[in-house]
This record gives sequence, structure tokens and C-alpha cells, in this order.
Amino acid sequence: MTAALAPAPAAGAVVARGRRARTRRRRTVLVVLVLAVLAVAVLALCVGERSSSPAEVLRVLLGEQVPGASFNVGVLRAPRVLTGILVGVAFGMGGVVFQTMLRNPLASPDIIGVSAGSSAAAVVAITLFGLSGAALSVVAVVAGLAVAAAIYALSWRSGVQGARLVLIGIAVGAMLDSVIGYALTRAGVYDANEALRWLTGSLNSAFWPGVGPLAAALAVLLPVLLVLARRLPALQLGDDAAAGLGVSPDRSRLGLLLVAVAVIAVATAATGPIAFVAFLSGPIAHRLMRGTGALLVPAALVGALLVLSADLVGQHLLVHRFPVGVVTGVLGAPYLLWLLARTNRSGGSL
Amino acid sequence: MTLTATPGTPAATLGGRPASLRRRRTVGLAACVVAVLLAVVASLAFGARVVGPSDVVAGVLHPDTSDIAQAAVRSRVARTLLGLLVGAALGVGGAVLQGLTRNPLADPALLGISSGASLAVVLGIMLLGLSTLTQYVWMAFAGAALASVLVYAIGSLGREGATPLKLALAGAATTAALGSGVSMVLLSRTDVLDTFRFWQVGSLGRASFAELGQVLPFLAVGAVLAVGCARGMDAIALGDDVAVGLGQRVGVIRAVGGTAAVLLCGTAVAVAGPIGFVGLVIPHLARTFTGPSHRWLLPTSAALGAALLLAADVIGRVVARPQEIEVGIVTALLGAPVFIAIIRRHKVAAL
Amino acid sequence: MTDPVHTLAVEGITVGYDDRVVVHDMTLEITPGAVTAIVGANGCGKSTLLRAMARLLPARTGRVLLDGTPIDSMRSRDVATVLGLLPQAPVCPEGIAVADLVGRGRYPHQGWFRRWTAQDDAVVEQALVATDILDLADRPVDELSGGQRQRVWIAMALAQQTDVLLLDEPTTFLDVAHQVDVLDLLVDLNRDRGTTIVMVLHDLNLAARYADRLVALTDGRLYAQGDPSDVVTEQMVRDVFGMAARVVPDPVSGTPLVLPLGRHRTGRGTQPADEGAATPPTERPAAQPVP
Repeated sequence: MTAALAPAPAAGAVVARGRRARTRRRRTVLVVLVLAVLAVAVLALCVGERSSSPAEVLRVLLGEQVPGASFNVGVLRAPRVLTGILVGVAFGMGGVVFQTMLRNPLASPDIIGVSAGSSAAAVVAITLFGLSGAALSVVAVVAGLAVAAAIYALSWRSGVQGARLVLIGIAVGAMLDSVIGYALTRAGVYDANEALRWLTGSLNSAFWPGVGPLAAALAVLLPVLLVLARRLPALQLGDDAAAGLGVSPDRSRLGLLLVAVAVIAVATAATGPIAFVAFLSGPIAHRLMRGTGALLVPAALVGALLVLSADLVGQHLLVHRFPVGVVTGVLGAPYLLWLLARTNRSGGSL
Repeated sequence: MTLTATPGTPAATLGGRPASLRRRRTVGLAACVVAVLLAVVASLAFGARVVGPSDVVAGVLHPDTSDIAQAAVRSRVARTLLGLLVGAALGVGGAVLQGLTRNPLADPALLGISSGASLAVVLGIMLLGLSTLTQYVWMAFAGAALASVLVYAIGSLGREGATPLKLALAGAATTAALGSGVSMVLLSRTDVLDTFRFWQVGSLGRASFAELGQVLPFLAVGAVLAVGCARGMDAIALGDDVAVGLGQRVGVIRAVGGTAAVLLCGTAVAVAGPIGFVGLVIPHLARTFTGPSHRWLLPTSAALGAALLLAADVIGRVVARPQEIEVGIVTALLGAPVFIAIIRRHKVAAL
Repeated sequence: MTDPVHTLAVEGITVGYDDRVVVHDMTLEITPGAVTAIVGANGCGKSTLLRAMARLLPARTGRVLLDGTPIDSMRSRDVATVLGLLPQAPVCPEGIAVADLVGRGRYPHQGWFRRWTAQDDAVVEQALVATDILDLADRPVDELSGGQRQRVWIAMALAQQTDVLLLDEPTTFLDVAHQVDVLDLLVDLNRDRGTTIVMVLHDLNLAARYADRLVALTDGRLYAQGDPSDVVTEQMVRDVFGMAARVVPDPVSGTPLVLPLGRHRTGRGTQPADEGAATPPTERPAAQPVP
């Protein structure tokens, strides 16, 4: 074999052609996802006890007073839809960062217990201290970050390895589950129900006052996450290869872990940990993109789509009115098991 | 080729084991038995009301029910017996699970077995209107068996078989999946939630002699099966291929041992609710003085498991007097740090 | 590739894991522009030394110098533009196309604002041409054979455009034809681009044939370094690998060829086995005294 090192006539043409084809595919998928999110959002604004037409919805959004529709759409449904999109984006992006960083599609923060701190703290706050609203959110965010930092610190032994982080996360998660169980037995049945509803994830408490802080927090955190995530492609190749490319695995992982957990904790504080959205968005986005590049944005869109559609189903299509988390949980569980089987068989990663 | 006739096999090595190892094992087992006795006394004596030693003896042997101290002891007998049985079952069940899967992190709660039982109990309460513990036992048992088979099947797919990481993730994921089924039921039926949330934390406080009688046959069969495949598990420890080479029928051992583990763990979960980390931690502690031989590991795990579960139950009764903290919570809070220590000690490459 | 030739040296480094020291007080200078192979028995610290040189493991004492500067005081990204690394078991993301994986080698050359350019496309294509896998550019890496995959990883290291390339056992898991193929490719790079290559190799004969310089380790210490024909002697094989062997000139390349004696089927050689083991030490090689 001879090494033909002289650049070919049109240097890079072959590579550029393939790359452009993949970029085109990526753009198409992204546009379709955005349209789908918009379509479901409009549908969610229209449908309700008293449904409105898209035209009415548009007039309300433009600030007109429409008798009947203004309250239903402007006060009840719009904040719900916005919150749904925001938390969907947050769960989707935070989840896929974990899955990519730990090179395992199962290692999403809701499975490995990294976000269990928020849930446990919130349940204790609801049942034992009767907190709600902003105070509850603050407790959930702080506890989420503290527990994630503790898991990271416990996994440290001259560097943090992904497998150890996953296992310790599972252990801490199991411990926090028993704290949740304890809190539930000590609560009155009304509080227990409230706590369980929160644990499942629900958009029922999404009103305008909550949207502002949520949007502001994510407006700060998501760009940071996107910037840090530029190290993910290197990190994906293994710690040694990442270091060879000039990316320090431990420092990158700590940064990504903290910001991703912060994103997830903020969303969790707003709606509770909506089951499986963080877990499902990444693999779905991966299948849609077929290896055509970074998964953060597509996973965020998939997350928003999942939350909005599951909420629609939970509100209107079932005999009971179920919170969104029940729908994502029940729909997600079989997919989870299937993915588990597939991943184990092929040993694949995102 | 038979196992004992082959030089260099574990059995042959054990035949010539040094006296110090035998002494360590004997002393260790004896210490565990003493610990069990102490735990039993503590379990009978402590609680909302602390009882003196003489009343403990009297309360067990010929209770004078008009004496409130002896009546308290009497009421704790069933609970203590249940603690012994459940602790021993979890200890042995955990050791069998770890032996069969060659996996240091196998534990009924972490492997999703408890969550299978939970879902089954919830469905039983909702669909069949079950309300007594004796009825739960059967549902929980069926759920535990199904879930454990599912988790092991999923976790062992792929070339490397059931690695600790894969099994732990399969367990966590299955727990999450089954858990969302549980929430769906509970959110639509407040009455079910009110019954279920107390079952959901593992506790010995609901014990009665009727249940003891009911679960005893299951545990006995499980224990016999477990002991029966002790030698086989020693061979499996060296890898399936080596075990086959040593003339062991690996498939049969897996099936028998798996049945034993499900019988032991499933029954324990069914009667006491999910109690985590006991099945995980006990075999590790026991192994420190028995070494890897399952013929010593299983009885020592049984004794140690019984002693520690009772001790945890006593702690739960004492620290929050006059209230109680359920034993499942105590074991989780005490066990998780041990689990983390085990992970930190192992080389991750081996996981 | 008009960059000045970069130098890599280690000065009295001690490296280990947790409480175990694997490499003891090692001093070594890598010859710029040459192919250096690190050889030694299992567990002698070959890979550990390489990992320390690639700053994957911190040295407990001593320093690793890249162009005379301690490597751990340099920005990670700056190091990555000079020193490339192909680890033993890199992880391949599922479904990624060959060209995209190779493109990840461009990471150190991209800044906060500078994204992908036509220049990057050209470099990636060059790397694909050099490793002879241009026709696979748009195929998913998952579908390739082991030998092809190893070429993809080498292409990624090439796209990084470093003057120094460290490889940890680049031929493991490959059959003998692909081993020779990969080593030929690496020597091509060295000859055509002047890339300094340092690799850990298991196979002493292949190392002797392909390397300009050999570094032999035993128990985490330097045993000998220098030209393969000076380093590989019967004495060295006995000291480093604990094995009696004959060393003859390779009929193909003239480099030393190690023939293990073993205990059986040695009758037809000119020298019986036990005599070989008892041979007095041959004259010490010129390169033996460790600097």
C-alpha cells in the first residue's frame, strides 16, 4: 500500500459531499420536529373543556380579548403549554447529555438516581413540612444539585469512571427511594396523594407566575450546557481518546454533570420528574438522526413533543384525568425494556 | 471426570485447606450464632416499652398475660421469628443470586424483584380487592418471580452475559418501568394508595403466627435447594465454561439455584415488603471469613442475615420512640453506604 | 507539514495506580522523526509509560517534557495539536459515519468560534486517502471489519495532524496480515510526513522489523534502548521475557528474529535447548548502558 499523500485535485470534495448530505438530513429532521412541536402546541391550546378554534387562539395570543377564549386559552392553557415545552426541552437535553457522556443509553439521570435528590427533598418538604410553590422549587433544585455532587464525589477514585458513577447513582437512588417511602407513610393520605402526583410529574400547577422563573433559569443554563456539550463528541470516544484530543475527561464530566443536573432539577422543581422523558428523548432522537451529529437539540425537541402529546392524552383521551407523568411512564416502560434488551444484545451506545 | 477426582479443582483444594481457614470459618459461624441470640433477646426486650431480662424469659416460656411487660414480650415473639426467617432468607437468597450470576452487586431490591412484587400487590388490591397480608403474599410472590426472571433475562443478553453493570441497570430500569405502573394505579385510586404505601416500606411490624406458618414451607424448600447447589456454585464461580469442563451441569444448577433464590427472596418480600441491601451486604460480610466456598457461605449468610435484620429492626424501634422506623428504611440507610464501599473497592474494569 | 520537529522526553518519572508503582524513575528521550517501539513482558509497565507520556496518568515524581516544557503545565488543547494518541480500546459511537468519526480528530484545531471549514474537509479526506479508506467515508463504522476499523482510528489520529503519535498496541485483535498492514501504514506516515511514532508492541519480531529504535522494559525499569539489532539479543530475551531463545537475522529484512527455544522439538537446531539456556552472555550491546 502506498500512502497517496498528495492532496486529491479537489481536496475534501468526497468528504464534503457526504457531510453535506448528512447535514441536509439533519436539517430536515429538525424542521419536521419543530413543526410537530408547534402543531401539538396549537392543538393543546385549542382543545379543552371548551374548545376554541385556531383563529381564536391566534387572536388571544396576539393580545385581543376574545370572549370565552381569553380565559381558557390565555390564562389556563398557554402557561401549561409553555411549561410543557420548557420542561420537555430541559429533560430531553439534560437526559441526552448524561446518556452521551456516560456512553450508555440507560444512564439517564432518572434511571441512575442522579436526579433523585430533587424528588426526595420535594416529597419530604410536601409531606413533613407542607411546603409548596417557590419554596418547594428552591428546595428541589438545591437538593438535586447537592445529591448529584455527592454522587460525583463518591465516585471519585483518582478520576471518575462512568460505570462507577452509574452504580453509585443507583445505590444512592435506592436509598433516597426508601426516604420517599418513609415520608409517604408519615403523611396524611391527602398529602401522600399530592406527593405522589408530584413524584409522577404533572402540569396541573403550571400557571403564569411559574413560567417566568423557569424560562429565566433555562435561558441561562441551556446555553452553558450547549457550550460545554461541544466536548461530548470527544468524550464519547472514551476517556483516553478524549484526553488525546485535548479534552480533560474528569473536568468536562464534572461541568456537564452539574449543569445538566441543574437543568433537570429546575424542570423537576416546576413539574415534578416527568417519568422517562429524560430517558426516552435521547434514544428517539438518535434513531431519527441516524448518527448525523449532535443530539442535544433534537433530543430537546423530542422531549417537548413527548411532554405536550402525553399531556394531551392524559387530559383528554383517557377515562381518568391522568397527570402527564403517568402517560409517559406507561408508554415509556415497554420502550425502556425493549431498548434495554437491544442495548445489552449489541452493547451499543448513543 | 468427577469434580473431586480432578487435581486443582476448588473441591480438591478445599480438601487440603489450611487449619487456619477452617478455624476462621468455625469461629465466624459461631460468632454469627451468638449474634443471632443477642439480636433475639434485644428484639424481645426493646420497643416502645423496654423489658428486663427476667421478663423476657418469662414472657417467652410461660407468659403471664396480666403482666404488661410479659405481654409486650409475647407480642414481639412473632415479629422476632419473622425477622429471623426473613433475614436468613435474604442472606441466603442474596448469596445464591451473587453466586449464580458471578455478580457482587446482586440484590433482590436492586434487581427489580421487589418492584415486581409491589406492582403485583397493587394490582391485587385494585383488581381482586385483596385486603389481608396472607392474600398479598401470593400476589407478591408471583410478581417477584416474574420480575426476577425478566430482569435476569434482559441483563444477561449480549456477549459478556450478566455483568454487574448490566444487571444493575436492568434492575433499575425495570424498577422504574414497574413503578410507573404502580403510580398509575395509585393516582386513580386513593384507597389503594392508602393501603399500599404502608406495605411499600419493608416492615416486620405486621407479623402474625398465621403468616409464619404460611411462608415456612416456601423458605424451607428454598433453603434445601440452595444448599443442594452449593458445590455447583463453587464451580460456576470459575466461569461457565470451566464449570462445564469440571463436569457440572450448569443449566441445571442455574435453574435450581434460581428457583431457590426466587423462593427465598420472593417469600421474604411477600411477607415483609421490600427490604433492600440485606441480600447484597450480608454475603459480602460473610465472605470475609468464610472465603468463597458456598457450603460455608450459605449457612453463615443465613445466621448473619438473621442477626443483622433483627438488629436493624431493633434500631428502628428504638431511635424514634414511641414511633417506629420500618426496618426496610433502616437497612437502606445502613446498607447503601456499604454498597458504595463495595463499588469503590472493586476495580471498575471488573464491573 | 512544515512544523519544526517536536521533541518528547521523560525525566525520572515514577508512575503508578493507587498504591502500586508500575514505572520506576524512568528517563528516556524519544528520537524525533523515528519509529520507536516499546517492548517488554506482560505487566512491565509498557502501556503505563505510554499513558504517562500522553499525560493520561500523572507522574508522581519527574516530568514529561514536550519540546522542553513540562506537559502538565501546557494547555490540554495545545498538547493535542502536537501529540496525538490512539488508545488501546477507543469507543465507537453507534451509527457514526467513517468521515464524521475521523473528523473528530479536528477537535483540537477548532476554537470557540471557528467551526467546521473546507480546510477540515480536506484534512479528513487526506487522512482517509492515506489510510486507504476513502471509499468507506460515508459508511457507518459499526459495519466495518476489525482491520478497517483500526484504519479508521488511525485516520482519526492523522486528522489530528500531530507531529508525534503515540499508539497503545495498535495491532491487538488483528490477524497477522492486518498487523503487518497497520505497521506498514505507520511506517509510511513516518517516512512521508516525518511523524514521530511511539508505540507499544507485543510482538518482538514485528517490533524489531518495523521500529527504528526499541525501548525494552523490565519490571518498570529501562533495560535497554537503541537500534533493534543492538537491543535484541539472546541475553536480552532471557532478561526481559525470561525465556531462552535463539536470535538470528530475519531472512526477509535482516533485522533480529527471535526464535523461542522452549523444551520440545528443538532437536533439529544446531544448538540443543539446555545449551542455549546456559550460553554465557553475549557481548553487551552498544546501546545497553542506560543514559
